[in-house]
Amino acid sequence: MQNNLLEGLKEHENKLLTIWSQILQESGAGDGAMEEEESKEFASLFLSALSKSENAQEFEKVHDLIVGIASSRGKRGFSPRENAEYLISFKQAASQILSELIKDPAQLYEANLKLNEILDNMTIMTFEAFMKGREDIISRQIDEISEISTPVIAVWDGIVALPIIGTLDSSRTQIVMENLLQQIVDTGSSIAILDISGVPAVDSLVAQHLIKTVSATRLMGAECIISGIRPEIAQTVVHLGIDLTGIITKASLASALQTAFDMLQLNVVKRKVIVG
Amino acid sequence: MERIPILKMGQFLLVTIQVDLYDQLAENLESDLINTISKHSSKGVLIDISAVSIIDSFMGRILGNIAVMSKIMDAQTVVVGMQPAVAITLVELGLSLNGVISALNVERGMELLRSKMHNSDNEEPEYDYDNE
Repeated sequence: MQNNLLEGLKEHENKLLTIWSQILQESGAGDGAMEEEESKEFASLFLSALSKSENAQEFEKVHDLIVGIASSRGKRGFSPRENAEYLISFKQAASQILSELIKDPAQLYEANLKLNEILDNMTIMTFEAFMKGREDIISRQIDEISEISTPVIAVWDGIVALPIIGTLDSSRTQIVMENLLQQIVDTGSSIAILDISGVPAVDSLVAQHLIKTVSATRLMGAECIISGIRPEIAQTVVHLGIDLTGIITKASLASALQTAFDMLQLNVVKRKVIVG
Repeated sequence: MERIPILKMGQFLLVTIQVDLYDQLAENLESDLINTISKHSSKGVLIDISAVSIIDSFMGRILGNIAVMSKIMDAQTVVVGMQPAVAITLVELGLSLNGVISALNVERGMELLRSKMHNSDNEEPEYDYDNE
């Protein structure tokens, strides 16, 4: 019954499109040719879905389309507000036509109510699509960061180094630990150097993560040296009352490497140049 | 009853755990091992857990117990070949097995035991990186 009321819209598709683009132009939310095509597709699909009554499948197509439009508009730099206005202006155009078609106030009210319900739902969907697009980007970036940010470097036969850059949180510690331990197994290294000169700040949580990593390395049968302790970090650690006495700490990677050489009973000597 | 074989290699005992340990098996291993140490008056125990993929807190405690018990009986315990996942689990459980000495593989573990023997025989201070 209500859909029949809305069905009248189908015959006025062109008029609807004209009014719609007009409103869009006025509000400044327009975007030229590309949008016109999208709008045309949307309007025709929407109206045909309307005429096929309450068929959920038909509306799913419209939903897919509007999600697609929303994310493509999002990529083109539209704000979610503009996306919503895009649909709201369609609603305005449609109700304008409805008020011309239907003379009975009660029926007009019914039809408008129905139209509102359908289109409001779609407006919410555009927001959701926008947010989902953003979240996808964020999660992809997180993956990428965690993947590129924990390289394990074999610096010598039996010595691996792992420079940590950026803040250490639990999930990152997990990745760092896994990578480091796996690398220790793969290379058969007995010493791991953890360089934290790229860690901006050490709080008690980060220190705890470091201690965990060191304990895990020891359990594997390798020794762990923490290097790159800056003066500020040393100060914070002491002020926080964190006990790092069981852990070998060095100020620089160079001195950590020297310690590692000592442990492996290696000696680095300068070659004597024989002149003449 | 299922038992884990304990092999005698000179002064040392070699235990390779090739099945996932359940509690009863671990307890048997503990008592068997201590008895064998006293029987042969062994100086070192090498436990290879490279095939163990799951360790719970109970197992961690048993390992720690074995180390402390053998220490009292004058035998050094070395645990070798711990899987990365196992190490992470133990640390997350808060068991860092402080009394247990670890080595990467059996070869290194044997070397370590020998160097320890050497140390205690000669009473010569030697820098040992696996000692805590």
